[in-house]
Amino acid sequence: MFSYIVAQRLVPLIRGERDFRFDHPWVRLERVLKYWLGQWKQPRYRAAGTLHIFIFAGFLVLAIRAFSVLIVGVSQDFVMPSLSGRAGHIYDIITDYAATVVFLCMVVAIVRRLVFKPARYAVPARYGKSHTPDAIFLLALIAILMLADSLFAAVKASALPSQGQPFEVLAAFSLPWMLRNVLVSTPLATLGSLYFSAYLVHELTFYFLLCYRPFGIQFHVETSLFNIYFAKLDREILKPVRWAVSDEHLDQVKSFGVKRFEDFTWKHMLDFYSCADCGRCSDNCPANAVGRPLSPRFITIKARDYSFQHYPVFGRVKNGTPLVGSVYSQDEIWSCTTCGACEEECPLLVEYIDKIVDLRRGMVDEGNVPQSLQKPLKALESRGNPYGKMEKKRADWANTKEFQQTCHVKTLVDHNGTKTLYFVDSITSYDDRMQAIGRSTAKILNHIGENFGILGAAERDSGHEVRRFGEEMLFVALRDHNVDAIKASGAQRIVTADPHAYNALKHDYKDVPPVEHISQVIAREVEAGKIKFNPIENEMDVYTYHDPCYLGRHNQIYDDPRDVLDAIPGLKRVEMKRSRDRSFCCGGGGLMLFYEPKEDQRMGVKRVQMAADAGANVIVTACPFCMVNIEDAIKVAGMEGKMSAIDLTELVDRQIASKYVDKVKEPAAEIKECVTASSNSLK
Amino acid sequence: MEILVCVRRVPDTSENEIELNSAGNDIERNELVYSINEPDNYAVEEALQIVAKLGGSVTVVTVGGEDDEEVLRREMAMGANRGVLITDEVFNGSDGRGIATILKAFVQKGHYDLILTGVQAEDGGAQIGGMLAALLDYPFASLVNSIEVLEGRKLKISREIEGGNKEWNEIDLPCVLSIQTGINEPRYVGMRGIRQVASVPIPTFSAAKLEIAASTVGEAATKVKRLDYFVPALGKGAEILRGSREENVNKVLELVAAKGGLK
Repeated sequence: MFSYIVAQRLVPLIRGERDFRFDHPWVRLERVLKYWLGQWKQPRYRAAGTLHIFIFAGFLVLAIRAFSVLIVGVSQDFVMPSLSGRAGHIYDIITDYAATVVFLCMVVAIVRRLVFKPARYAVPARYGKSHTPDAIFLLALIAILMLADSLFAAVKASALPSQGQPFEVLAAFSLPWMLRNVLVSTPLATLGSLYFSAYLVHELTFYFLLCYRPFGIQFHVETSLFNIYFAKLDREILKPVRWAVSDEHLDQVKSFGVKRFEDFTWKHMLDFYSCADCGRCSDNCPANAVGRPLSPRFITIKARDYSFQHYPVFGRVKNGTPLVGSVYSQDEIWSCTTCGACEEECPLLVEYIDKIVDLRRGMVDEGNVPQSLQKPLKALESRGNPYGKMEKKRADWANTKEFQQTCHVKTLVDHNGTKTLYFVDSITSYDDRMQAIGRSTAKILNHIGENFGILGAAERDSGHEVRRFGEEMLFVALRDHNVDAIKASGAQRIVTADPHAYNALKHDYKDVPPVEHISQVIAREVEAGKIKFNPIENEMDVYTYHDPCYLGRHNQIYDDPRDVLDAIPGLKRVEMKRSRDRSFCCGGGGLMLFYEPKEDQRMGVKRVQMAADAGANVIVTACPFCMVNIEDAIKVAGMEGKMSAIDLTELVDRQIASKYVDKVKEPAAEIKECVTASSNSLK
Repeated sequence: MEILVCVRRVPDTSENEIELNSAGNDIERNELVYSINEPDNYAVEEALQIVAKLGGSVTVVTVGGEDDEEVLRREMAMGANRGVLITDEVFNGSDGRGIATILKAFVQKGHYDLILTGVQAEDGGAQIGGMLAALLDYPFASLVNSIEVLEGRKLKISREIEGGNKEWNEIDLPCVLSIQTGINEPRYVGMRGIRQVASVPIPTFSAAKLEIAASTVGEAATKVKRLDYFVPALGKGAEILRGSREENVNKVLELVAAKGGLK
């Protein structure tokens, strides 16, 4: 029966899209050991996580016994190989405790669900009924199973002496031990019927649970092992439109992205089955937190419901309607900032970003793109930036008179021996406020004596958000243009101050020189003593560092920016509650700035509040998009004058001890070189 | 329903910095990027939605040169069944009436139930729709912001009246309508869509093929000539409110109310 149900559950997986998850078996096994056996992510939620670890461990122990109990029904004298004699006794004692622990955990879990009701388990009305009855039903079933199991052992132990067999030792204070103490004077006949009923209840519950699990959240007991084994290894790399179809052959792909359920890959469907409904994803999702119509938990739950409905265990497969417009709303899918908080949290390594991007690819392919995004996309196509500004003005940020007196930025054309390319990207090139980040970055590079230049008019938007908003072909065009320009520049390495550009160059582009974020460069130079800081002037200021999603969670650069801050004498730094891999997205970058979400509050406002709660009055970030969102949020929250934001580059530029500037080599020669270079570029 | 949409390629106002050329008789066109005239895009979307409901086909047509194929392909990527380019040297320099004459000749070569134009070209004067209707002796409605197809070859259309009111009209087919933006939400056309129609052949029509007398079109036939092109002097700047948030909110409300924006 169970096999039949599981086989039926596999039907959509077979119909799903391809997904290449069979490489690196050893790495995958290692991850199984860490995330499955080691329950790595569980302690991130202290109470629930600990509870789960106990239950999981108990289940593992009992799984062996379950099989032996099952066989005892057939042959009473059967013992598991290697579990006879002394080892068997020890194992029995362990299982006694395991059953007890699981039983207690069930009681605690039921109490939690009924009395404490953690907010993340709540089901908002628009997503249907509460899941609590179902959860309690399952927990109770397991509790009954444990009770029956223990009773079975207790009866057996009580009956043995009266049958003249040696007394069996039961683990002290375990559930079977307690039950045996109750049963000690029970007549043998009653014991016999108890023995039989305990066995019956145990088996009935066991089989009922087994067959019931594939209908709900308990299915993760079976699927989690596989889900973690097949989990994505390189999370920062976005899923291709179709596995095993190269960019050159994309034109031949009939349909892009996920439109129908069957367009999901088999692994993504397995994700749907594996979700344990723990709610941690949505608990961390910034979109959910500000009331956008998106909750990652229900992306999964709704897809699973769809799958169960359209691929029923009994009955025929039903054809469904397109997902967006029925199961999901357009706004729901556009609401995601791809910050990755949900994926970071999921104990079962369920993937969300790839699914969201695939759903967007499907929407883009159908022409379902909000009007607010169509303009910037069109501008990216014709001008290479979302603002529709002229290409030739891309380097204007470096041409202000005042700035040129202190720092000259070369435009790289053809191989002219310049080692380092500063990839500026659109927002820093064109946005009046963010241009300051560009100038600070250039000044820092200048200060450390870096021979660097920019692509100027030849640069296009990195396409990072273009890709994440599902416009793959436009991304490919932007990327190809940039790759050619970068190669032509002859640069051997790339530096950028924009984490989105950093992520694109590092993971979405191929065959480009190694890329670093400016915070890595600064941290290294500070370490090497090339950058020295003046002490902070206003000693009353308390700084906090906001981790940009694409620097932190997506690229694990958490320490470099903090090290730089801590190297500034007199700088007081506090951590926000949500920092590092639990950082709270500022509101999203790139095209997200153009999207008009339905929300109760801005993410940035929430973030600014968090900084205030931490006792900070200066938010340091290392991303131009964070700067847009946080500065806006400070105004929206009415905290002007009480809170300010500064980019890491601006802070470093401000604090760099000026005497070191003098040490930089004579700029005259460079300016000359630079002038010829830019006049070349105009030709 | 067979629908013809007349479209035009214009400099994209949101992606260009429009400047006068040195002669002062036109704008500097060297670094301009072009796109479909925005109201025309709404007209095509409306045509596609009607055809999706009732069947038929959508043809997009433009008068111009090879470069203008770009907008035809974009609209074909959107879903238009056919793109047609009307091109001939003798058409160069035509005024509004000239273009309408050319389009009339094309319309008469086919069988269209409904002809749509955008409400106006971003660089034009909202002339073509009305003139084309007059030349064809078809009924015409301008500034249309909703279309409902009725029984018996009739349409129910609405247009916005100054002040936000709506007017409903019934109009007989065949007819010409000029479409207001906001009538729908045009679908997105991605790179992929454009690439897919990149090699679809676009038929061209010349003056000879359309049997248009050269004397009725082109520069020689113009009766409207552009005299000058100038940038008006900047007027008085905006009023900036410099009070507290509450004061500013109250002031804004007061100003809006004073202009009749609040009732």
